[in-house]
Amino acid sequence: MPDWNEQIRKQLADLNLAPAREAEIVEELAQHAEDRFRELQSGGATETEARRIALEETGGHELLARELRAIERPAPEPVVLGAGGGGRGKFMASLAQDLRYGFRTLRKSPSFTVIGMLALALGIGANTAIFSVVNGVLLRPLGYPDPGRLMLISETTPEFSQMSVAYPNFLDWRSESRSFTDMGASRSDDFNFTGTGEPEHLSGEYVSASLFPVLGVTPFMGRSFLPQEDRHGAACAIMIGYGFWKQRLAGDPNILGRLLTLNAMSCAVVGVLPPDFRFREEAQVYVPIEQYDGGLLRTRESHPGISVFGRLKPGVTIKAAQAEIASIASVLSRHYPATNAGHGAKVVRMKDNMVSYIQPTLLLLVGAVGFVLIIACANVANLLLARSTARRREFAIRTALGAARGRIVRQLLTESVLLSLGGAAIGLLLARWGTSLVLAAAPGSLPRSGEIGIDPYVLLFTLAVSIVTGILFGLAPAFHGANANPQESLKEGARGAGGGRHRAESVFVTVEIGLAVILLAGAGLMMQSVWRLLRVDPGFNTRNILTMQVALSPKVMASPPAVRLAYEQMLGRVAAIPGIRSVALTNMVPLAGDDNEIFFWRGTGTQPPQDQTSSAMFSIVTPDYLRAMQIPLRRGRFFTDRDRLESPPVVVIDEVLARHIFAGQDPVGREFSMMVLGTVRVVGVVGHAKHWGLDSDDTAKIRDQIYFPLLQIPDRFMSSSAVGQTLLLRTGPEPLSMVSAVRAQVAGPTQDQPIYAVQTMEQTVSGSLAARRFTMLVLIVFAVTALLLAAVGIYGVMSYAVTRRTHELGIRAALGASRREIVGLVLRQGMWLAAIGIAGGLAAAFALTRLMAGLLYGVRPADPSTLAAVALLLGGIALLACYIPARRATAVDPVAALRCE
Amino acid sequence: MEDRSFDNREWKKGSAELLLLSLLEALPRHGYELGKLIEQRSQGALRFHAASLYPLLYRLEKRGWIQGRWVEKTGQRRRRYYRLTAPGRKVLVSQRREWQTFVQAINRITGVENA
Repeated sequence: MPDWNEQIRKQLADLNLAPAREAEIVEELAQHAEDRFRELQSGGATETEARRIALEETGGHELLARELRAIERPAPEPVVLGAGGGGRGKFMASLAQDLRYGFRTLRKSPSFTVIGMLALALGIGANTAIFSVVNGVLLRPLGYPDPGRLMLISETTPEFSQMSVAYPNFLDWRSESRSFTDMGASRSDDFNFTGTGEPEHLSGEYVSASLFPVLGVTPFMGRSFLPQEDRHGAACAIMIGYGFWKQRLAGDPNILGRLLTLNAMSCAVVGVLPPDFRFREEAQVYVPIEQYDGGLLRTRESHPGISVFGRLKPGVTIKAAQAEIASIASVLSRHYPATNAGHGAKVVRMKDNMVSYIQPTLLLLVGAVGFVLIIACANVANLLLARSTARRREFAIRTALGAARGRIVRQLLTESVLLSLGGAAIGLLLARWGTSLVLAAAPGSLPRSGEIGIDPYVLLFTLAVSIVTGILFGLAPAFHGANANPQESLKEGARGAGGGRHRAESVFVTVEIGLAVILLAGAGLMMQSVWRLLRVDPGFNTRNILTMQVALSPKVMASPPAVRLAYEQMLGRVAAIPGIRSVALTNMVPLAGDDNEIFFWRGTGTQPPQDQTSSAMFSIVTPDYLRAMQIPLRRGRFFTDRDRLESPPVVVIDEVLARHIFAGQDPVGREFSMMVLGTVRVVGVVGHAKHWGLDSDDTAKIRDQIYFPLLQIPDRFMSSSAVGQTLLLRTGPEPLSMVSAVRAQVAGPTQDQPIYAVQTMEQTVSGSLAARRFTMLVLIVFAVTALLLAAVGIYGVMSYAVTRRTHELGIRAALGASRREIVGLVLRQGMWLAAIGIAGGLAAAFALTRLMAGLLYGVRPADPSTLAAVALLLGGIALLACYIPARRATAVDPVAALRCE
Repeated sequence: MEDRSFDNREWKKGSAELLLLSLLEALPRHGYELGKLIEQRSQGALRFHAASLYPLLYRLEKRGWIQGRWVEKTGQRRRRYYRLTAPGRKVLVSQRREWQTFVQAINRITGVENA
């Protein structure tokens, strides 16, 4: 039996009723709720359901509280007599007083307030920005119901810790496994959309009918796929993305049942996905996976980019699911040794899979941005120290009039928290603006970037940070101010006091400089890495190459000979465009994230068990590919127009594979075997083109490359190779200027062959560096901010020192010190601080930059030249910051300085 | 929304007091019973949930039209029964008259009586 009393009392809590009256109402309503509960249960409702309804009707949605508020009178405020009472009220009153006073003092010195707030705005804003990224990418759960139970299940091989799944394996996992409520599969692909004007390319997903139920997604309109629609040969049904429906189909309200032509198939729309649904960022259409080319789905040999998702049953742990899937996989590898030997399976959380690779980068940035905040705090603390020195008389008078020390500390802390809250408000704006700027500057560098934004958690974080910050940087100045000895302060007059403050200030500046060194070192190392990466030779000439995806006319897709002819004609038309040097087709573009692999083995025999085969990158190309890419030919020849289906199958291999299987011998003329295609003869050896990344290719597990002529692809694989080909052009003029001419020629006589995803090779290369470039960019922004703040800090300290020493400097000048000597005196003091800061910073950088070793390329974490450059840069800035006050020191008029006395 | 046929919130607001007073005319009843009676006699067209029913009862009680009293019956939790007071009886008579006038007027205009 639910405890109705407790639940109802909660509803009434805010009304502040007299206790007796409240008890009466609670009892009566509880009685009612119980009656209702029993009634619902006897009507067949489950206990939870009945309980929920009864509660909702009794108090639901604050209706009860609202109604009662109009009728019932709240209990009078208790009046507490005597000295002990009212402590809270008194505190609130004095807090209000502090706040009022704080506002007034801040308003009275606008320049201090503005400078302080701006420094804090930079620090807090940067932290808010980074936190909003961390929040959106790492912390926020995926936008599905109960996302913690959604798992990605991949195949594993000794070579790969994660590999796409063979469709028959997925079917077996799904039917054998008991750990998951269900599993779904998906495969990204491109679709050619025709029949409504211009031919158009759509990005889409092949999905199993079970996928959306597994994810817990209900369509915005219509329904999900039925199992019978996900069968080979079934009539084509599709679901579409909300954005595609709204923008491309004008939100057609009668969309359900409408026929759209995809890849020359006529497909009926059965559902529209909800607006906030993000599976993989851009899918516009979803097609049952069984509509995908049957050949590749039926064999365990092929792993055509299928991802498998499963939802854990309640109470099942990842470990248990992992053990079960692994045992199913081992049964499969015994049953199908030719294709599954050595294959296992791995279960990871869907979210971890999406974001774990970026985690180290984000944590690095969290650390870096923390430093920026500390620097900002140190700066503001210095400002406050200067002020508290100037306000000593004020505090002395207040102490003399009986103010307790704690009270003054609180007053000062209130002021600093006010200051930091003001800073936070500006910082929030900076953060919003900064995040969108950074995301725009580095598109594609972060997963889930659509979910980055300022939400309540971010606001809470900013609030917490600003309060903690305000207390942190306010503490030292507050105690400094409160420690004023009234007698001395009043006696000392306007010149202010020295010792303690001076020391604190010097410490702050030293810390600032030290932290700036660390940030600059980090930024410097990232810059070097990116710079070195940009100079890595990718093995081909990236200049003046244009790539674009092309799709063939739906009319030719059904017939392999027609596909071959259509491609040959397309190449002919494009090659004839003035300014095109060479043109080729390929299924993979290096550094673009494309991935197509094939199993091969030595000799000409039948396929050995899979653990005795190797994988190679498998590029299906046309004869001019080598010339267009300017990959060097090492031996033999590349393909010609005579390498056709009728002639014996030939391959060209790269030098890595040549070393791998023909160590020391000339590969040309030798044979080896490949899955599906059988025995092939090597006709040439070419240079290795970096495929996986400028940085990671050297250490990639699969580096062997095999090139195969498109025209020798057997009929049964032609249609799967025909979609998603990339047209690759080497141009004389600027590549992007050729786009419209190429578009016109690709479209062909039937005007139904679109191009899409147009990119220059240089854009592809720079895209492959996006994540690193993002890290570099953010670190540079932080380092420059740190540098500026540190410069301002040291300038402030030295200016103040000069003012404080006016008297002394005047005497020195009067005694005959030259300008040079006086400048030297001031500079020595400032540079001494800088030197300590730089030395400490270098030591810390030496230790901390190790943490970013994984993000660097071609440069060691404690790279001496980077550290030296950083030290020099900071030294130079510090010198400049000290020189200005030093110059001012020489302007001291000895007579005026002495007269002050 | 609790109402099945049409959104009758506005109608209910005007007539709720009259409904409760009428149901209490013959004998004292407790809140749950009142809610059920309204639902049954209106054949489901009118329903009051506790969140609006009890505040209304308290309001009537505050005006002195009805009076609540805890009654204990053996073997049951005690319940609060409401009875009509003398002033409440007067209000009921006048409200009932007003309501009839109102309904007749409406009927004359909308022609429901001829339908």
